[in-house]
Amino acid sequence: MSAIETRERAAEWLLKRHEQEWSQENQRALDAWFAENPTHRIAYLRLETAWRTADRLTALKKPMREEIANRPERRKPLLLKIAAVAAIAGVAGAAAFYPFKTQERVYATPLGGREIVKLADGSQIELNTNSEIRSSGKGTRHFTLVKGEAYFQVRHDAAKPFVVSLGDHRIVDLGTKFLVRRDPNQVQVSLLEGSARIESTGGKSAKAAVLVPGDIAIATADALSVMKKTTPELSNELGWRRGVLVFQRTTLGDAAAEFNRYSRQKVVISDPEVASLTISGTFPVGGIQLFSSAAREAFGLAVSHKNDQTFISKRAP
Amino acid sequence: MTKTTDLGRDHAAPRLPGEGGGLSAVEDWFVREVLPLEAVLMSFLRRHCREKADADDICQDIYVRVYEAAHTEIPASPRAFVFTTARNLLIDRIRKRQVVPMATMADLDALHIANDEPGPERAAIASDTLRRLQAALDHLPERCRQAVILKKIEGLATRDIALRMNISENTVNRHLTLGMIALAQSLYGDAADEGGAL
Repeated sequence: MSAIETRERAAEWLLKRHEQEWSQENQRALDAWFAENPTHRIAYLRLETAWRTADRLTALKKPMREEIANRPERRKPLLLKIAAVAAIAGVAGAAAFYPFKTQERVYATPLGGREIVKLADGSQIELNTNSEIRSSGKGTRHFTLVKGEAYFQVRHDAAKPFVVSLGDHRIVDLGTKFLVRRDPNQVQVSLLEGSARIESTGGKSAKAAVLVPGDIAIATADALSVMKKTTPELSNELGWRRGVLVFQRTTLGDAAAEFNRYSRQKVVISDPEVASLTISGTFPVGGIQLFSSAAREAFGLAVSHKNDQTFISKRAP
Repeated sequence: MTKTTDLGRDHAAPRLPGEGGGLSAVEDWFVREVLPLEAVLMSFLRRHCREKADADDICQDIYVRVYEAAHTEIPASPRAFVFTTARNLLIDRIRKRQVVPMATMADLDALHIANDEPGPERAAIASDTLRRLQAALDHLPERCRQAVILKKIEGLATRDIALRMNISENTVNRHLTLGMIALAQSLYGDAADEGGAL
């Protein structure tokens, strides 16, 4: 086979390999093709590397204009906004350019709450504690995660992309299950199935990345990084859907911060040495009591309570 | 008190999007050290082959020799190793044909194979990747480019691309195959190849 033909065969294999349906049988056939001649594996390796590198082309992707115009932060209360629009419409007579938003919908959970929102298109959003999500109206596939964490199971529709906006960041579903968590300084997206694209328009330049299962993207005001986690690690992150928090060598400080997300009661660890101890285990989301006694027994720490606060510290000598 | 760091974070080593694991040490070496030499290697080979396809075939043979040799021991100096291999292979071919163009022999001897400084070609790849990819994309035939954009930038499955473009999945795959080869050519091939990969 000539080099050119080998290249074409390799490209065909590579495409097939990237499709959803890749069976053991396919893998065996590919291995057999590799075994035929070392040129096959090399041509495949070369194309695969180039094709991966070509992921950088996503940087050319321009964020959708409507989304930029609709940056969700600095949002005025709905009534005020309607009033403002009405005023503009009245003065300029430009009502056609400022259509009233069909009811903005708000879904929110209190501390410790959890809610499942089923959408008309078969998609589902599961909200974790102290979270809020808004949509601009019925039947829309654009949502804003105002705060907190949500797990999305999206029915893919190529014609109507499912978009989640968070400030300067947005996630565009490409047939997906993904988890989004919004913290004050960063947005974290964990992809469980399918794929999705995350785009950041903040900072000096726009950035984008296509995520595949196991990827965790962390977007801050001016950086976008992607890391890899194993499936069990990812499913630990979804423990809250079963009402539990799963810790794997998590520092007490991070674990306390997790518990604090779910309850008015707060765990306070002010000693950095104590906060950096690590713990593993599964706790109910409201299990501050269990957690603090585990810390006391495992590490010989002191636990005290005052009002809504639980203090964990070194035992007095 | 024993102190450990949060292992969960350590596992999640930062990586660039699109960079995957799973390569063997030799494959990793090959991708990092050998592929970036392709442009210089090809322009050298082209000077000694009548047909471009011959140069492609010789390049493929060189890759196999280098790749297999690396399984025994990874060469300390990839550039020298690749060009020594190229030289030996060309000499073999010349002997088989029993025609020895003198110019070729002189050129082979003049090859600065000992020089293993990172050549300009590698620096060019690092800094110009996006520009090269974009140029390759721009040079693709319209429908082919459309398919590559839907696949690579929009991340659609072949089935969805076929629906969107109203063509069969086989045609989509044909477009993507060409696009894939052209993109690889833009990253590794020499300048004479640009736009000519199809």
